[in-house]
Amino acid sequence: MLNYIIRRLIGIIPLLFGITIISFAIIHLAPGEPTTQQEFMTPRISSDTRARLARLYDLDKPLHIQYWHWLKRFICLDFGRSLADGRRVIDKILERIPVTLTINILALVLILSVSIPIGVISASKSGSLFDKTSTILVFIGFALPSFWIALLLMQLFSVKLGWLPISGIKSLDFEYLSWSGKLLDLIHHLILPVFVSSIGGLAGFSRYIRQNMLEVLSQPYITAAKAKGLSRHQVLYRHAFPNALLPLVTILGLSVPGLLGGSVIFESIFALPGIGELFYRAVMMRDYNLIMAEVVLGAILTMLGNLTADIAYAYVDPRIRYGDGSR
Amino acid sequence: MGFILFLTCATSAYAKEYGDALVVGSISDARTLVPILASDSASADIVGVVFNALIKYDENLNLVGDLAESWEIEDGGRIIIFHLRKDVLWHDGHQFSAKDVEFTYQMLIDPDVPTPYSGDFERIERVELIDDYTIKIVYKEIFAPAFSSWTMPLMPRHILANEDLSQTEFSRNPIGTGPYKFKSWRTQEKIELVANADYFEHRPFINRYIYRVIPDQATLFLELQTKNVDLTGLSPLQYTRQTDTAKFKKYFRKFCLPSFGYTYLGYNLTDVRFKDKRVRQALNYAVDKNEIIQTVLLGLGRQSLGPFLPQSWAFNPQVKAMPFNLQRSRRLLKEAGWQDTDGDGWLDKNGQIFEFTIITNQGNEQRLKTAEVIQHRLAGVGIRVKIKVLEWSVFLAEFIDRRNFAAVLLGWGIGIEPDNFDIWHSSKTGEGEFNFISYKNEEVDRLLEEARGTFDRKRRKSCYHRIHEIIYDEQPYMFLYIADILSIVHSRFQEIVPAPIGIRYNLIDWWVPRAQQRYKK
Repeated sequence: MLNYIIRRLIGIIPLLFGITIISFAIIHLAPGEPTTQQEFMTPRISSDTRARLARLYDLDKPLHIQYWHWLKRFICLDFGRSLADGRRVIDKILERIPVTLTINILALVLILSVSIPIGVISASKSGSLFDKTSTILVFIGFALPSFWIALLLMQLFSVKLGWLPISGIKSLDFEYLSWSGKLLDLIHHLILPVFVSSIGGLAGFSRYIRQNMLEVLSQPYITAAKAKGLSRHQVLYRHAFPNALLPLVTILGLSVPGLLGGSVIFESIFALPGIGELFYRAVMMRDYNLIMAEVVLGAILTMLGNLTADIAYAYVDPRIRYGDGSR
Repeated sequence: MGFILFLTCATSAYAKEYGDALVVGSISDARTLVPILASDSASADIVGVVFNALIKYDENLNLVGDLAESWEIEDGGRIIIFHLRKDVLWHDGHQFSAKDVEFTYQMLIDPDVPTPYSGDFERIERVELIDDYTIKIVYKEIFAPAFSSWTMPLMPRHILANEDLSQTEFSRNPIGTGPYKFKSWRTQEKIELVANADYFEHRPFINRYIYRVIPDQATLFLELQTKNVDLTGLSPLQYTRQTDTAKFKKYFRKFCLPSFGYTYLGYNLTDVRFKDKRVRQALNYAVDKNEIIQTVLLGLGRQSLGPFLPQSWAFNPQVKAMPFNLQRSRRLLKEAGWQDTDGDGWLDKNGQIFEFTIITNQGNEQRLKTAEVIQHRLAGVGIRVKIKVLEWSVFLAEFIDRRNFAAVLLGWGIGIEPDNFDIWHSSKTGEGEFNFISYKNEEVDRLLEEARGTFDRKRRKSCYHRIHEIIYDEQPYMFLYIADILSIVHSRFQEIVPAPIGIRYNLIDWWVPRAQQRYKK
């Protein structure tokens, strides 16, 4: 097993190298440069500043030299500075992580705690009224655009009822609040975003669990359990449920990179300082260093997520073993 | 009687109360608070209240002293001597002096500093410190727009002397001389400033200035509705319809003032079809500018009548608008050889139909709608127009810089100084330069040079008036409109007096009666 993990980890290196080359090439091939963003169209800003900026940012060098410079810094874990404001890229990313991570984890917890019961119950009562209604509801949730729901909920809970804040993550007077006041303020601000970002995810997870559960319920060992005279409850939750959850491990592994991904629309609607907005703006501004750092971060998380899923799978499912095929 | 009068005066003068906060709502966050690097409007907004320059524009667009108490202009304008105020402190308590002016100048011309504002300062031959509060600027030659370039905010030498400006912590923790001191910045959330009690004019009445970032227009509007935002910009639709409710009228004041910029349709003059002045005039006659203003701006704007703004002294009042006149348009097109010979409804010449593409940048709804009105109107005289909307980087790199366009719909933010050499002079047609339509007129070239080479207002004025006449007649651009700047402020703020420059010039005098104050801290 240890052998297997080491081999997988070593395998990540060439893969990462390939990813950086391809992404570096793609973003530099996109027309436009960071320097074109510095000026807005006012004639008082002289035009030879563009050449000056290009020189300062190394943009006048050939692409492979630029990549080489980037790679040298990257190996020492230095992602460089943002071309937009000269701040260290790593600082810009780190300050965005808490908000994005908190909302995504809370949303994932909410999604799982709602979709698992929905999935299990609708599978066990397949074809029932509950099954049909829940299916319709989760699909409506899936189909509704999140920005639209967000605005409606803001209008209701914040403008009409005044129960919740409209946007942002902290109140203007956050610094002056007590410790518990701060926590309460954060929770207050998180309710709407977490709720809205969960709605879309419900459909996928609950349908997935329902499907797995149905498959498991049709297995001969379930029939055997029923024949033994076990109660419905025992059959469902002791024998079927754990096996239906197995494939979920893979899905959770795949959602690891998603935990640090954000949506621009969602973040701008709620005025949240998240990763999505940062990445979007970086792309629009051709902020090469920042884009590369985000790409690398995403790639590493994806690969680690897959690896963790594979390892976890081996533990929870005794039928799967890696690296010792002889046995 | 006199006594009563005195009393009322006295109460109105002394009743002003300190306290409260002004919450400004913005759709974008600042990028850097180093003044000479800040080029986006959010950064400029903060820099404007944290820093001061030597001179500033007053409410009626005249240049007046800011950190400079007075100045002398010698040798026809080649030499400017500024006398500085002696009562100005940086926010850390350090004395402001001429060394800070010299330092800011050195940073502006330093080739390793990525500032977009170096142009005007590279014309300086040398800067001499006469004493701690007197500085002499000697230009290589007389350059009229140079004086207004001293509206550049000044930076503290004692803090930045050994810093790399493009990487300094100062960009997120600035120290200035302005009415508000920097307090905190939470990226993409808010920037908070506090009143500078030692400000040399007087302490601002409003204690806190909070700049909130709310990227989504709809959310920003909801925050305004619930009074969590006190001041923000509005779109024409929000101004005319959405804020036209009893509640908004009760709690808010709206302001509508002309902006310092115009929107135009520029023709690529290297394109054979647009080389003919009659064709350009015909296009101008065929498009009703008032229709655009009514439909796109909902009436909140005025017609642009040339390369200067109506509020400027450079604007020539003799220039009269070419009216919307389809018959004249058709006649001019016919004279230029464009006729519908095959009866398909489109004009043609030598077997080619008159068809061109207007390009504009993505993310500006008004420009797109304007292009659509033009498309519709030009179809009326038999010209087929296509519209292409492009992302900004691509727009500049692939189309403007490579002259790969027929017509471009864009806007200029031109500021108050009328010198527009970079837009119209025939030497400014290189890549990345601003005469990208390749306009060339020898008389205009000569007049532009003459106007920037003298400080004599009368001579400059006559040059600009003539330039205005020529350019409006030649129609290298179809001048479209000057949109209004629309803003809304909570009505608890007193003493807001709109003026040609805007509403925020007297921010330090704004105040809120104690009973109405919303933020107690």
